[in-house]
Amino acid sequence: MDLLIKNGFVFDPLNGVNGERMDIAVKNGSIVRDVVERKARKINALGMIVMPGGVDIHTHIAGSEVNTGRLLRPEDHFRDFERKTSVTRAGVGRSIPSTFTTGYRYARMGYTTVMNPAMAPLEAKHTHEELNDTPMVDKASYPLLGNWWFVLEYLAQGDIEQCARHIAWIMDSTKGYAIKVVNPGGLEAWGFGHNVKELDDQVPYFCTTPREIIRGLCKANTLLSLPHTIHVHTNNLGKPGNYTTTIDTMKCVEDLAANDKPVIHLTHCQFSAFKGDDWRTLESGAAEIADYMNNHNHVTMDMGQIIFTDTTTMTADGPFQYALYGLTGNKWVNHDVETETSAGIVPFRYRRKSYVHAIQWSIGLELALLIKDPWRILMTTDHPNAGPFTAYPKIIAWLISKNAREASLKRINPRARGRSLLPSIDRELSLYEIAITTRAGQAKALGLKNKGHLGPGADADLAVYSVNPETTDISRKFRSVRRAFKRAAYTIKGGEVVVKDGEVLKSVSGRTKWVDVKVSEPALITEDMKKRFRTYWTVEYENYPVYEDHLEGLEPINVKARV
Amino acid sequence: MILLQPTREFRFPVMAECISPDVFQGKTPREIGALQVWEGNKQKALESLFKVEEATVEETVGDVTLEIVGDLRKVRRIGSGMNKGEIIIKGDVGIHLGEEMKGGKIIVQGDAESWVGSMMKGGTIEILGNAGDYLAAPYRGCVTGMKGGKIIVHGSVGTEAGAHMESGMIKIFGNAGEFAGLRMHDGAIYVKGSCMERAGACMMNGKIVIEGHLESVLPTFSIDLFRRKIKIDTSEEVEGPLYVFVGDLAENGSGKLYVSKKNNPQLSCYEKFL
Repeated sequence: MDLLIKNGFVFDPLNGVNGERMDIAVKNGSIVRDVVERKARKINALGMIVMPGGVDIHTHIAGSEVNTGRLLRPEDHFRDFERKTSVTRAGVGRSIPSTFTTGYRYARMGYTTVMNPAMAPLEAKHTHEELNDTPMVDKASYPLLGNWWFVLEYLAQGDIEQCARHIAWIMDSTKGYAIKVVNPGGLEAWGFGHNVKELDDQVPYFCTTPREIIRGLCKANTLLSLPHTIHVHTNNLGKPGNYTTTIDTMKCVEDLAANDKPVIHLTHCQFSAFKGDDWRTLESGAAEIADYMNNHNHVTMDMGQIIFTDTTTMTADGPFQYALYGLTGNKWVNHDVETETSAGIVPFRYRRKSYVHAIQWSIGLELALLIKDPWRILMTTDHPNAGPFTAYPKIIAWLISKNAREASLKRINPRARGRSLLPSIDRELSLYEIAITTRAGQAKALGLKNKGHLGPGADADLAVYSVNPETTDISRKFRSVRRAFKRAAYTIKGGEVVVKDGEVLKSVSGRTKWVDVKVSEPALITEDMKKRFRTYWTVEYENYPVYEDHLEGLEPINVKARV
Repeated sequence: MILLQPTREFRFPVMAECISPDVFQGKTPREIGALQVWEGNKQKALESLFKVEEATVEETVGDVTLEIVGDLRKVRRIGSGMNKGEIIIKGDVGIHLGEEMKGGKIIVQGDAESWVGSMMKGGTIEILGNAGDYLAAPYRGCVTGMKGGKIIVHGSVGTEAGAHMESGMIKIFGNAGEFAGLRMHDGAIYVKGSCMERAGACMMNGKIVIEGHLESVLPTFSIDLFRRKIKIDTSEEVEGPLYVFVGDLAENGSGKLYVSKKNNPQLSCYEKFL
């Protein structure tokens, strides 16, 4: 049925619409200029805001790592469970909800597209099976390639073109969307009990360095014309003094940028913006990073904002998770994915009264507020590492309101409060900027053409929130804004109303996107490579790829590569 | 006082977290009877399972006292999260008794099953019979156990009593199973009878006093000194001499394990290290 969302205040930053009162028409799952009003189902959005459906660039919602986290934490489940309703399934979990619940919770907040950022190629089948079971949202996965043996070898040889073709083969075999690089070189070193510290450290047993890996993959990404840039989790993440590594990482691809387009995405940057020599002298390096960001255009970032709560940290960064285990003495899972990557899981509680955690909380917000261009600093919690995604409305409140920040500042560790830059920052984001940082900017950074905007031809993914920007002072009434963003008045997915007043009305299965890269000649599949599969992998080369019938609602994005 | 009596034998587990003085406070027997509980997968009114009556005529201004008479082995989570008042159970009771309770008192004149006082924060639980496994232990996976209060068991208990305990006191006058005080952080456990092996495994701090027989001490404990006697609380003192072991050194812990010398001649080999 056609839909007409009437009289809402529309925020559509990609088309420059800033809070104008207008109608949005939907036909056959897409946004159109007009529909016949008499025949269409009308939704009265009078006094409400209408935004494109939310997009999340980085959220761990599926895959073996997430699932192991679920197994590790029964205590995360028993306090937070949802009963079955006539349309939704039962589910459990707070920081790592079960797949169906993940989908419902995103939809309730008005999110319609989420990206699962860490998929070990070997675990691709598992990841896609779980994504198939995550309803309500469109999704995609990024294969982890920064420590993949073949990539490292091609880069050591300096053969970027062959490397690019190989990546095209991986994208096809894992049904991936973008190149994810975690602690480049460090994870392979972790397999031998080492780590790398600086960009120019040698990766043991591979004649290459993190700098060469980042630059090489960045060039390969450009050759393949992938929609997203490379998605980088920096070296030295989570260590005091690491902001210099972060700035070096941004600098090392400075010359590869062309036409002011971003070439690198630094993810959960909060964890990579620590200044100081050790945990006691930890300070925020956000000002330095923001200064660099404000003078360069080739980087996009997401926040990785800390939420003071009990959560589960899980990254492919095995050595970092080991350090975290050392700090907390908590339960720990360590995993080596054959020749591809590693992984680690540690439950973690962020405490207001802890100096380090309070500083981390401050860093995330400082980054978001000090970086002037909201298109390049996106809102995430790196779910579930810094906090569950269900806390997004809290972050929105902190971003739009200095009062909200001060209310939280009062409750944090006093020494951290003294060192925080937040009291000196008066900036408050407008709803237009919130629309950028939660949807338009994310879709743009991801290169999703039909998401994150409401122009004709876009997918009909919308969120309607009951905030009246004309009558509400959002800075003072941040609590009502927080409530509104927590439970969307309407979420529309693919032209269907799936959520009303924060309740799921209908369960729809989203589509899984992957990039189908057309290369001029296929990747070299040598006998040597097959032999190595036989020697080093538990899976034979022939059984390795994810076939299309593994995926429900498959949506390939066709890309023509330059190699 | 409010008197509850099961009307029949329960075949399925009954989830009865509403049986708590806090919930009953200020309610008439009729209102109490209308409270909802789950029996198996069916939600039912409390009165369909229990006979509810107001037992005494004396004017009570204070907290509610609740008496339950009968076989409650299938009834779970009685007194869950209670803050005040008293529950007297004349009969055996099911799992999760007094889960996360914060105050008040529960007396069981019979046996209790597993998970008594799981994650409790305050109050007192007294069991005149035996208790099952996981006495005061937290829910599976949780790493913070009992935070305060007191549990007294006059009979024996099963395995993992006081696991992850952070504070408070557990007194066991009978015997204890394996892994008493597993991963305990603080607080005190007293076992008057004998204790099975691996007492205090992975303990970080706190004390465990074993007056009876303990077959062996974990190799990750080292003997520290002799004590003539040890005070459990204001009313109770254990006469020694007692061996004092420190551990669990595998976890860099500094918990204390007091074991009676008289009942444990097999531990005399440790004396040469003193």
